[in-house]
Amino acid sequence: MRRRSFMKGLGATGGLAMTSGLAAPALLSGAGRAYAQGGELNVGLLFSLTGAVAVVERTLHDAALMAIEEINAAGGVAGMQLKTFIEDPASDPATYADRARRLVIRDNCVSVFGSYTSASRQAVLPVVEQRNNLYWYPTLYEGRECSRNVMYGGAVPNQQQQDFVPWLTENFGKRFFLIGNNYVYPREENNVCKMLLAGLGGEAVHEEYVPLGHSDFSSVINRIRTEQPDVVFCTLVGDSDVAFARQYHAAGFDPEKMPCASLTRSEVEVQAIGGEAAVGHFSSAPYFMGYQSPENEKFVQAYLSRYGADQVTHFVSEAAYFQVYQFKAAVEKLDPANITPAAIRDAAVGLTTMAPQGEVLIDANLHTHLWPKIARWKSDGQAEILVQSEARVAPDPYWAYEGETCTGEGLVRG
Amino acid sequence: MDALLNQAFAGLSMASILLIVGLGLAIIYGSMGVINLAHGEFVMLGAYVAWAMQTFLGFSILTSLPLIFVVIAFVGWLVERGVVHRLYRRPLDTILATWGIGIVLQQLVRMFIGPESRFVATPSLLEGNTVIGAVVMSNYRLFVIVFALAVLAATWALMTRTEFGTRLRAVIQNREISECYGIRAEKVYAMTFAYGAGLAGVAGALLTPLVSTTPSMGTYLVVDAFLVVIIGGVGSLIGTAVAAAAVGEATALFSMLMNDTLGRIAVLLAIILLIRFRPNGLFPQTIRR
Repeated sequence: MRRRSFMKGLGATGGLAMTSGLAAPALLSGAGRAYAQGGELNVGLLFSLTGAVAVVERTLHDAALMAIEEINAAGGVAGMQLKTFIEDPASDPATYADRARRLVIRDNCVSVFGSYTSASRQAVLPVVEQRNNLYWYPTLYEGRECSRNVMYGGAVPNQQQQDFVPWLTENFGKRFFLIGNNYVYPREENNVCKMLLAGLGGEAVHEEYVPLGHSDFSSVINRIRTEQPDVVFCTLVGDSDVAFARQYHAAGFDPEKMPCASLTRSEVEVQAIGGEAAVGHFSSAPYFMGYQSPENEKFVQAYLSRYGADQVTHFVSEAAYFQVYQFKAAVEKLDPANITPAAIRDAAVGLTTMAPQGEVLIDANLHTHLWPKIARWKSDGQAEILVQSEARVAPDPYWAYEGETCTGEGLVRG
Repeated sequence: MDALLNQAFAGLSMASILLIVGLGLAIIYGSMGVINLAHGEFVMLGAYVAWAMQTFLGFSILTSLPLIFVVIAFVGWLVERGVVHRLYRRPLDTILATWGIGIVLQQLVRMFIGPESRFVATPSLLEGNTVIGAVVMSNYRLFVIVFALAVLAATWALMTRTEFGTRLRAVIQNREISECYGIRAEKVYAMTFAYGAGLAGVAGALLTPLVSTTPSMGTYLVVDAFLVVIIGGVGSLIGTAVAAAAVGEATALFSMLMNDTLGRIAVLLAIILLIRFRPNGLFPQTIRR
């Protein structure tokens, strides 16, 4: 019975679409509605504003929303205003999937921008793949994924490490102590790190994973004291990283002799760590707030004047910001009658955009070519950029896995 | 050997943190039978008051400790008067109610102060390390150990050497009869709850230089504190202290032999075994009811 009435409803909207003209492509997209309607284009924002991940996702939400409003104020996308639908998935993966479904089906969004953790991305993945929608994911992540429905704006391991690890071995030594939280991201990053070290004649003297949220590092610090490594390679996230950095400093280790080299420490964590404990340690990322470029100056200024002078921009919020501009550029290449998520994706490939970090390019595998930088933290909480890659670095999400490549046709084995 | 000694100090330091967080919980749970799931949020509020005092008034955490105690004790008093005292005859409902209060407090902080992690400086007086032989001890951690012992002593004195303590112990033993003797049990309960909350606030402030100050910081701490209280035996101060020391040292030892993750699993397994054979904890209260 329910199915019958549903089919009837579908028939009615289908008939309507037919009489209203040539809406056939929209009809085929399944929703039965065209995406561009009445001079408006719907987009969704799916960032947690409550719960544990809200710490980071609030800043991503703010950056993405700022980009959308800048675009609307400047006349919109190809003459259309972006209509924003905001959902709060409350830091819970199941809720991410549910809210993504709502944005894609009920709100008819042509793209969804969202989320920070890999867990939430993987929860949204089946929804956007089933509906052939497009999910813009701004975070650096561990790679090993090759969806045709996700635009990956952050760095994958090769982009953060291929310059960083050799540079560290040259300047400090080849004995690395690997410490991370116990989940997929640190483990994959450390696999890549060990692979690089093996090629450079270095070694991982110890590898340790602590539970997420772990906050007492006395044992780890004692072990570092015993091992005396050259570099502490750190993939701790959030609160764990803050606690570790403060206790590391309190233990009296000298960053000039035994620095922490982090892939995850950004301006946000440094603000909580405090300049005194953060100074002298290193991070590798495509973007730092202190990077000097006209685009970044404009971005930082707009962000601070909008959300408060005590706020910071960081390597994920920058991606959340420039991805909206990538979206805009892709939509502008399309015929307004023909805007679908799949068409936006195809138009986005090969597109270059001026981002705060430099000119970025979308690869055929939907990851982004970025500008990795190595920076040392200063006591004022900003990073001093020491090394900037000479060329844009291509993303290779399966770098550590021989025989697997992520291409424009999806994952290719062999 | 050096590694062992260093690790023993690490264990002592963990124990001091467990003790100072667990003490307030032990008092509330032990004397009132209320499982206060908002305890972690009192800890978190203490940390935020410390942050506010530093940011807006420029006080170091050491100077603000007395005020933090008073502020969080007041919050605890409000919670007791507003919600908990209506539920004394429904102990299971207090679990739900205090859990709800915890969520509300967390989200209020997130909304009005912001979700980002806050920075509270280590008091400059306590920076640096004390080195004895090959054992390196952070001065701040030493201070926390001493402070935790002092709080334990003060609480013990309060319970056994003051009139308030006598009243409290009377109410714990038999509420109705103590009321017949003119003790206002309601008032004693409110004060006890406030005292426990105040201790939580102080614990939170003391933790700020070691961990990250965020709205959800209390959640992790309170689980371990509960373990300590249950192992120690409900309502026993000395039990809480011994259990804190045991859990701290066991965690340190297992972490050294294996790693932090496996060490924690081993500690939890040991606790399950212990509770299996001593369900009332190490120092069970022997009071006729």
